[in-house]
Amino acid sequence: MELTTVWFILIAVLWIGYFTLEGFDFGVGILLPVLGRTESERRVLINTIGPVWDGNEVWLLVAGGATFAAFPEWYATLFSGFYLPLLLILVALIARGVAFEYRAKRDDERWRAAWDKAIFFGSLLPAVLWGVAFANILRGVPIDAHKEYVGGFFNLLNPYALLGGVMTLLLFTAHGAMFVSLKTDGDIRHRARVLAGGTGLAAAAAAVAFLGWTQVSTGNLGSAFLFVAAAVSLLAGLVAIQRHREGWGFLGTFAAIALGVAGLFVALFPDVMPTSLADGVSLTTTSAAATHYTLGIMTVVAVIFTPLVLAYQAWTYWVFRKRISVHHIPVLAAPGTTR
Amino acid sequence: MDVLDFARWQFGIITVYHFLFVPITIGLSAIIAGYETAWVRTRNEQWLRLTKFFGKLFLINFALGVVTGIVQEFQFGMNWSDYSRFVGDVFGAPLAIEGLLAFFLESTFLGLWIFGWDRLSPKLHVACIWTVHLGTLFSSYFILTANSWMQHPVGYRYNPTTGRAEMTDFAAVLFNKVQLVTFPHTILAAYMTGAAFVVGVSFWSMLRKHNADDQNLYRHGLRTGAVVMLIAGIGVAVSGDISGKIMTEVQPMKMAAAEALYNTQQPASFSILTVGTPDGKHEKFSIKVPGLLSFLATGSTHGKVEGINQLRARYQATYGSDPGAKYYSPGDYTPYIPVTYWSFRFMIGLGVLGTGLAALILFVTRREKLPTGRAWRWIAIGLPLMPLLANSFGWLFSEMGRQPWAVFGVMTTAQAVSPGVSTFEARTSLVVLTLVYAVLAVVEVGLLVKYIKGGAEKDPVVPDHTDNDPDRPLAFAY
Repeated sequence: MELTTVWFILIAVLWIGYFTLEGFDFGVGILLPVLGRTESERRVLINTIGPVWDGNEVWLLVAGGATFAAFPEWYATLFSGFYLPLLLILVALIARGVAFEYRAKRDDERWRAAWDKAIFFGSLLPAVLWGVAFANILRGVPIDAHKEYVGGFFNLLNPYALLGGVMTLLLFTAHGAMFVSLKTDGDIRHRARVLAGGTGLAAAAAAVAFLGWTQVSTGNLGSAFLFVAAAVSLLAGLVAIQRHREGWGFLGTFAAIALGVAGLFVALFPDVMPTSLADGVSLTTTSAAATHYTLGIMTVVAVIFTPLVLAYQAWTYWVFRKRISVHHIPVLAAPGTTR
Repeated sequence: MDVLDFARWQFGIITVYHFLFVPITIGLSAIIAGYETAWVRTRNEQWLRLTKFFGKLFLINFALGVVTGIVQEFQFGMNWSDYSRFVGDVFGAPLAIEGLLAFFLESTFLGLWIFGWDRLSPKLHVACIWTVHLGTLFSSYFILTANSWMQHPVGYRYNPTTGRAEMTDFAAVLFNKVQLVTFPHTILAAYMTGAAFVVGVSFWSMLRKHNADDQNLYRHGLRTGAVVMLIAGIGVAVSGDISGKIMTEVQPMKMAAAEALYNTQQPASFSILTVGTPDGKHEKFSIKVPGLLSFLATGSTHGKVEGINQLRARYQATYGSDPGAKYYSPGDYTPYIPVTYWSFRFMIGLGVLGTGLAALILFVTRREKLPTGRAWRWIAIGLPLMPLLANSFGWLFSEMGRQPWAVFGVMTTAQAVSPGVSTFEARTSLVVLTLVYAVLAVVEVGLLVKYIKGGAEKDPVVPDHTDNDPDRPLAFAY
C-alpha cells in the first residue's frame, strides 16, 4: 500500500479516536443543565469525565499535527479556509477546558453557574461545528487553482452541512447519555438511560438522513457497507439501553460513531478536500501529501507509539472504572469554604 | 493594518502568553515530583503538604497552558498557510511527534495523578507525576526542534518542482546544533522559572504565617526551590553563553542587532544602557563594558564582531535585495533594533537579578532567621516574575532578531502569511483571542492568590489505595 494511503487511514483513525472519545465528553457537557438538577448531580456528571477529558482532546491535537506533517497542503487549505468556524471551536474548547478545572475552585454559586454555561456552550458549539466542517469537506468547497479556499463563511452553512451538524450534535448527546448511564449510579443513571433512548432515536433519524444523502452524492460500495454497519450498531445500542444494558448501549453509540466516520473517510478517498469549482483543483492523498521520506519516518513513529498510547489510555479508563453517585462527591475544598 | 500585521501581533501575543504557563509547568512538575518522592521515601508529612499545596497551584497554571496550546497548533494553518505549505514536510513531523509522544503522556498521566490519590499505590502515583514531567521534556524537545529549524534550517532541500522545503535528513533536523543548545537553555530556564515560583510563594507565606509549624514547612519549600534555582540559573548562563556564540555563527545579524552595532568592531564593547536620539540612529549617552560583546560573540575579548552595515552588504550578496516588501526597504535585512537591543538586555538582566535575589533570600532566611520589613514581601512577589519576563524577552529577541525571515535565509515572514484569509478574519481572531486571554489572566491570577493565601493544608489526608469501601468519597473531585 502507498504510504499516502496509509496516512490517509491513520488520519481517519485519529479523527475516529477523537470523535468516539471527546464525543461523549461533549455529550456530558451538553447534558449538564438537563441531567444535573442539583449541584451534587452536576459535579457527578463533570467527574465522570474528569480524569479523561484532557487525554481525549489530545486526539484532536494529534490529528491536526499529523495532517500538518503528512498532508501539508490539506492542513494549510483546511485551516486557513475554515477560519471562523475553527476560531469558534478554539474559543469553545478554551472555555470548557478551563471551566472543568476552575469550576470547583471557588465556593460561589454565580462563579459555578458561569462555568456551567461555559461547559454547556463549549461542548455544544464544537459538537455542531465539527459535523458542519466534515460535511463541507465531503461536499466539496470552492478551492481555486492555487489551492486556496475562496468560499467565505456563509458558504459553509448549506443544508447538507447543517444536517451534518445536527447529526453530530445528536449523536454526541446520545453517546454522552450512554456514558453517563454507564458511569453513574442512582437516580441520575436512570434518567440518563431514558434520555439515551430518546436522543439516540433522534440521532438515528438524523444519521440515516445525512449518511443516506452522503451515500447518494459521494458514496461507494465501501462507504455503503460502513454506513449500514453504523446504523445497525446504533440501533443495537438503543435496544441494549432499552434492556438496561448500559455497557452494550455505550458500545453501540461508540461503534456507530467509529463506523460512520470511517464511512465518511472512505467516501472521501482518494480526495482529501475536493473542490466545487470547475477551474479549481481538488486536493488528493497524493497531491496534498508530504514526501515519501517524511511519511516513512512518521510511519515508524506511529507504529511504535500509537499502541502504547492506546494501552495507557485504556488503563486510565480501567483505573477510574467505578461508577460515581452523589454520595461520592466530597465537600468542596476551596480555601475559605465554610464546612 | 493588514492580514500580515494582525497575524504577527497574534503570533506574538498568543505565543508569549502561552509561554508564561509552559515553563512553570515544566519546572514545577519536576519540583512537585521531587516533593512527592521525598514523601514516599521518608513518609515525612511535610513533603506531602508541599506536594499538595504546590500541586493545586500547578493545576491552576496547567489548565491555561493546555487550552492555549491548542491555539498554537491551529494558528500555523489558519494565519500562516503559505508557511505551512512550504515547511510542512520538515516542520510538521516534530509537531505531530510532539502530540503523539508528549501530549498524550502529559494529559493522561496528569489525569491519573489528579484523581488517582486513592486508586494507585504511592509508588505508582509518584511515577505518574514523573511521567508528566517526562512528557513536558519530550514536548519541549520536539517543539524546539521545529523552532531551531526555523533559526537554522538543516537536513532539507528546496524542491523547485513542488516549490517547498523537503526533509532529507531527519537526524540532522533532530540534532541541529542550534537545537542542542536551545533545548538545555530553555529547559534550565523553565526549571529556574518553576523554582522561582516555589521560592517566591514559600517566602511570601513565611512572612505571613507566624506559627512554627508553617514556618518550618515553607522554609523547606524555600530552600529546595532556591537550590534548584541557583543551579539552574548558572546552567542558563552557561548555555546562554554557548547559544550566543552559535547564534553569531548562524545568524550574525542577530548578534549585531542585540548590540545595535552598526559597524564592525574589534574588540567590540557591550553597552549596559544607551540613550539615543528618538529615531534610534545616534547615541547620546551610553555605559559600555569594553570587549564584552566580543567575548559574548566569539569567546575572546579581542574577537571581531561584524556590524549591521557590513552584514547587510553580505546578506544582499547572498539573498538578493528583496527581503519581503512591506517592512523592509530593498536590501535591508535589519531587524527592528529597539526591540532586539532592549529584549536582549532585559533577558540577561532579569535572569541575573532573579538568581541574585534567590541567593539573597536564601541568605536572609539561613538557619532559623526571618527578615522583617514590608519590602521583603514585594521581593517575594517580584521574584517569580523575573524569570517569567526573562523568558518572554528571550523569545522576543530570538524571534524578532530573526526578522525579516520566518525560516532564516529561506522564507520571509511576509511570504509566510495566509493569502486567502481576509483582514476581517485576521482582526476578529486577534481581538477575540486577546480578550479571552485577558479575562483568563485575571481569573487565573485571582485563583492563584486565593490558593496561595489559603496556604498548605494542615493535616492532609494520607491516601489509602487499599480501602475498598464502595461508598468512600472521591479523594479529589472537580
